[in-house]
Amino acid sequence: MNAPTPHTAHATRGKPIAFVSAEALRERVHEAINDDHLRSSFRGAMDFLMAKRAAQFPDESELVSLRSLSEAIRQYSLSKLPDLLEQLEANLTRNGVHVHWAETPDEANAIMLDIARRHQAKLIVKGKSMVSEEIEFNHAMEAAGIGALESDMGEYIVQLAGEKPSHIIMPAIHKTKEQIARLFAEKVPGVDYTDNVDALIQIGRQVLREKFEQAEIGLSGVNFAVAETGTLCLVENEGNGRMCTTVPKVHIAITGIEKVVEKLEHVAPLYSILTRSATGQAVSTYFNLISGPRKADEKDGPQEVHLVLLDNGRSQAYADEQLRKTLQCIRCGACMNHCPVYTRIGGHAYGTTYPGPIGKIVSPHMMGLEQTHLLPTLSTLCGACGEVCPVKIPIPELLVRLRGEAQSAPHPHPAMVGQGAGYRPLVSFVWRLWARIYAQPGAYRAFTWLASRFRALTPSRQSGWTVARTPLKPAPKRLRDMVRERV
Amino acid sequence: MSARDRILAKLRANAPQIPLPVPTPQLDAHYAARDRQESTLDRLARFRTGIESFHADVHVTLEESWPELLARLCAEKGVSSLLYGAATPAGQRLDAAAFAANGTALRPWAGQVEDIKADLFHKVDAGFTQARGAIAETGTLILWPSPAEPRTLSLVPPIHFVLLDAATIHPTFFDALRAENWAGGLPTNALLVSGPSKTADIQQTLAYGAHGPKELIVLVTTREGAAQ
Repeated sequence: MNAPTPHTAHATRGKPIAFVSAEALRERVHEAINDDHLRSSFRGAMDFLMAKRAAQFPDESELVSLRSLSEAIRQYSLSKLPDLLEQLEANLTRNGVHVHWAETPDEANAIMLDIARRHQAKLIVKGKSMVSEEIEFNHAMEAAGIGALESDMGEYIVQLAGEKPSHIIMPAIHKTKEQIARLFAEKVPGVDYTDNVDALIQIGRQVLREKFEQAEIGLSGVNFAVAETGTLCLVENEGNGRMCTTVPKVHIAITGIEKVVEKLEHVAPLYSILTRSATGQAVSTYFNLISGPRKADEKDGPQEVHLVLLDNGRSQAYADEQLRKTLQCIRCGACMNHCPVYTRIGGHAYGTTYPGPIGKIVSPHMMGLEQTHLLPTLSTLCGACGEVCPVKIPIPELLVRLRGEAQSAPHPHPAMVGQGAGYRPLVSFVWRLWARIYAQPGAYRAFTWLASRFRALTPSRQSGWTVARTPLKPAPKRLRDMVRERV
Repeated sequence: MSARDRILAKLRANAPQIPLPVPTPQLDAHYAARDRQESTLDRLARFRTGIESFHADVHVTLEESWPELLARLCAEKGVSSLLYGAATPAGQRLDAAAFAANGTALRPWAGQVEDIKADLFHKVDAGFTQARGAIAETGTLILWPSPAEPRTLSLVPPIHFVLLDAATIHPTFFDALRAENWAGGLPTNALLVSGPSKTADIQQTLAYGAHGPKELIVLVTTREGAAQ
């Protein structure tokens, strides 16, 4: 496996950077492309997920209607975002939930570390949360001597292997059952090698049940936060999300500020299109609606519930009408399942928490374009991601926009952090020159005449192009010459 | 200025860029198209097909005979300890002697979860709860845990028995939360449950009994009973 080397988070502007550098992106992509094993396992998994999703939408008209409705709900929610966040905060507070706000990953980790210390927590059990990956929560807790244990089976496997999730929905999708069997035999005390999937799951169940019982704190993400009722909604199949939010005496939920919707009824269509788009399930096993801590007369549930609202660059995307559409995302992962690039290189090659098409449009806001300016180029612009997106995010358009932002000349007051990070004066000059030639018929004719006459001078090595292709060479005769000969 | 104020200020500073007010989402139009004038039994049939496809067992019975059926199912599954809420209408119908005759000890929930955590995790074989309702479209149970029926009853024991009245099945989730005005008052924890816990995290192979119950057994009561 080409597992990336884990690193310790070092911060730029208070944000953790990618766990592998952007400069090494090309190298990682090449490595991934040449890994036949990785390619065949992703190909198989993506074909499986695409077929399962397709089977969930037999009625095209229902899909059209549900997608439009889901897009409308997300756009409506974003249009009222600051008001809805305040309403959410007021209602959660009324329900007895503590609400915290964090602009950066460091702030979010500090808030949660403070809660953990107040409860003298030794162990935090975690339900699946990509935002907690985004802020490198596990590292932050471990650095403070507090255990953070993943309890989603896929996340548990990935954590045991010292890796990162390679897919936002199916974190261990890059691993075969034989690899997991070896991992368990090696890392879980008293376990013999078995590649029987049921047996492996039962091993995970046994190990983690003990931890649910012991942990002082449970951490979870949030799929939808409902402003009108002050409710946190969680979607899951395994029951670990319920365990983490029910059994420990403290529950901390963390979410990006964009996940809020106004009305409870708005979650009905979003929940339906989320599970069908993500894993091709009509519904998940559990949909968990949490509106507060244990009440005086109740017998179980956490005694304290906290919500951490994280910005981390989302307000930057919010400031621009086109880029704001990025925040419509409900994190289903359908865009990566349908992406020809993701299918070939897998999730680790991107080097970001969120891989695939959504990762390419959201990461630049979280990490700045200095780190991520090459990401939007990892695309053929085939349009598959935009076509399957359940909330109709125009991902290809946004990729083109971000390529432009990355290449634009440096600006004294950039709208995006790292704007112009990919700017190269020579390349920019060549394109400007070409635009000028192309716009003037006389100059264009002269240029093509010269190009066809001096074609022998074209170099045989043409930077990235000739790595896997034959060199480009102008034709011996221009089109206009050939047309003239025919007339 | 706090992080809260800075975040809200950033969002507000940039809000006017969107020129037109975004229209209110029209949910009724989407769901009206799927409205079905179906009978309770047709709705039950759809619910059943759905939840059975997620590996739940469904038993249909008469209102008066479900306690007897539950005792029989406990015996069949070899349940030696069944935890339940004794103060609920359903809980009051359970007769310890009838269960004991089949080898099942009825255990009413007593105290806070902290008092019984070890037993809950290691000794109890099954939990029993009522369902508030269900959803036909997806084969989903609606559970509203309460002080009388704590939330871990449907989560920690390896088997979860649920009692459902067929008359409380709604066509869709949207219908359920609209008809019952959920937005007007939710419990601290409300749940939709579709089958026993599962995962496909190892090589996309579906396995049941991940972290929650390994088995979900639904007892549905109708006026017509099992004949339907």
